[in-house]
Amino acid sequence: MALKFSDEALALTRNIIKRYPEGKQKSALIPLLHVAQAEFGGWLSPEAMDYVASLLNILPVEVYEVATFYSMFNMKPVGKCVLEVCRTGPCWLLGAEDIVKFLEKKLGIKVGETTPDGMFTLKTVECLAACGTAPVMQVGETYHENLTSGKLEKILNEYRQNTKEPISHFAKKHYKSGQP
Amino acid sequence: MSRKILLEKINVEGIQGYDAYRANGGYASVEKALKMKPDDIVEEVKKSGLRGRGGAGFPTGMKWSFIDKKTPNPHYLVCNADESEPGTFKDRYLMQHMPHALVEGMIVSSIALEAHVSYIYIRGELLYVYHILEKAIAEAYANGWLGQNIKGSGFNLDIYVQPGGGAYICGEETGLIESLEGKRGNPRMKPPFPAIQGLWMCPTMVNNVETIAAVPHILNMGGEEYAKLGVGKSTGTKLISACGHINKPGVYEIELGLPVEEFIYSDAYCGGIKGGKKLKAVVAGGSSVPILPAELILKTAKGEPRLMSYESLAEGGFVTGTAMGSGGFIVMDETTSVVKNLWNFTRFYHHESCGQCSPCREGTGWMEKVLHRIIEGKGKMSDIDLLWDIQTKIDGRTICPLGDAASWPVASAIRHFRKEFEELIQSREKVGEVSYLKEAVPA
Ligand SMILES: Cc1cc2nc3c(=O)[nH]c(=O)nc-3n(C[C@H](O)[C@H](O)[C@H](O)COP(=O)(O)O)c2cc1C
Ligand code: SF4
Ligand code: FES
Repeated sequence: MALKFSDEALALTRNIIKRYPEGKQKSALIPLLHVAQAEFGGWLSPEAMDYVASLLNILPVEVYEVATFYSMFNMKPVGKCVLEVCRTGPCWLLGAEDIVKFLEKKLGIKVGETTPDGMFTLKTVECLAACGTAPVMQVGETYHENLTSGKLEKILNEYRQNTKEPISHFAKKHYKSGQP
Repeated sequence: MSRKILLEKINVEGIQGYDAYRANGGYASVEKALKMKPDDIVEEVKKSGLRGRGGAGFPTGMKWSFIDKKTPNPHYLVCNADESEPGTFKDRYLMQHMPHALVEGMIVSSIALEAHVSYIYIRGELLYVYHILEKAIAEAYANGWLGQNIKGSGFNLDIYVQPGGGAYICGEETGLIESLEGKRGNPRMKPPFPAIQGLWMCPTMVNNVETIAAVPHILNMGGEEYAKLGVGKSTGTKLISACGHINKPGVYEIELGLPVEEFIYSDAYCGGIKGGKKLKAVVAGGSSVPILPAELILKTAKGEPRLMSYESLAEGGFVTGTAMGSGGFIVMDETTSVVKNLWNFTRFYHHESCGQCSPCREGTGWMEKVLHRIIEGKGKMSDIDLLWDIQTKIDGRTICPLGDAASWPVASAIRHFRKEFEELIQSREKVGEVSYLKEAVPA
């Protein structure tokens, strides 16, 4: 089955492309990759990238080279919830290593892996610009700050109970935002 | 002593929305700017002495005057909201809580630069702030501050927000421009500088969020008044994001010239070191600036109190001084392993190198490897000189300053903490997990 954006995502796509001058529609690539990740289950398959290329009228290889450069684009399937733990200096000073170890133990997976039930993927990321509330973890568009083991337990439980759809950085609820 | 400008109204109820922002004097500078000649606004910014708040500290008014206004091509203003320098979180704070402060700054700056389309490039991880900005921009359109013929002035302006995809290098202004064009964030060779050929090869001004947000205040109070704040060539106020082993991490607006000691120990700011421990070292301006041991951050080598100003922080050059950088103030207490922290930073630069230049791509990897074997208890004494050698071969030999940014932390750590390296190597011990959450997170 050929991939296709929802009507809402297509409307957003048109809105985004209009933000750049005639002929410069390639500028919409990164925003559209975020939308594609939200539309297609949290990661970018070759088919998803080819589809984005067709929307922008550019070569598929132009999409591949960009998608693989940026850390937010997942090149393989991920769980419904991607836990992105900051591991950079300031967070590390305040225990980021322990957070990662705690999660690895709790979930029974290593960084980069997904739990067998497809619920969680564990990733480490670089400084999230929230070092004042370290240690920090991002899940979709939400920042979880001042992490402790107690907080983590609670957060994991909440996601386990309430997450039906994959969570994306670009939340679908925002599709309608945007300027005239 | 310290006067607040950017954050003066941050606690006003509802200031994130248009109505409260406008009721508290918001957008007054746009009314003023629409009646001024663009070059007179540039002049006002020159008079203010404002310096780029993104890291380099270059005088903003002068940078603005480089924009090639003679070409038939359009000019663009691009706001650098990529904020990814470890230790820095001031721009996020400002955009999240006062998005209209940035929008107002963008409008006034676009008038000065005669730009009719402007972009805010925000790091992708901050997509939630992206939505906050989109909402603020939509409100500005709805109230006639954006669009065609703004307030009957004949001036047209559209502002768009563009999210990145997760890459520190897109904070470098030409890497950012490439990314904005929908490409990998590989920095460009300079010259030509963006002010001549930037976005789509048109004259482009890239400025930091905080820089742009300061412009409305400069217009409102007048450049000369603004220049009275601060000390010497460090005029005005600066947002400092403080983190690490302190009692009160957070974003503080300081008047430039505040003594570092007061900033660290006063309850108005960091509130001293956590748990009453001793201060060991500070990285004063984001991970890229040289680390200084306690005695050199509190006092210069000449024995004078060190101040939070561009000049004072840089006093002594890179031998005994550091730099203001982005204002990411990372404090380390006596239990911190400087070597392991350095390994973490070096790992970061290796991860973030775009890979275009061999010294940066290979050098950062080697530094990470050598540091890793040291913290694993497998280092050799000669590794210290090896590290020194590698960093000298990166510094100044690359397309963009990420290479320099990766080498300065290494050079300064060796310079000031060589003994710690030697003791660690001699002991053949692995650096234990320096942990502050042991109780909180049972492993
Ligand atoms: C590797 C690297 C990362 C940078 N990251 C940022 C950043 O996140 N935000 C920023 O404003 N400037 C950053 N800069 C500085 C920009 O290149 C540029 O100098 C700045 O945006 C200019 O704005 P200003 O004059 O208002 O400071 C970075 C520079 C380098 C070399
Ligand atoms: S110095 Fe590093 S990050 Fe900068 S262009 Fe060269 S390889 Fe890329
Ligand atoms: S180091 Fe984790 S948010 Fe900055």
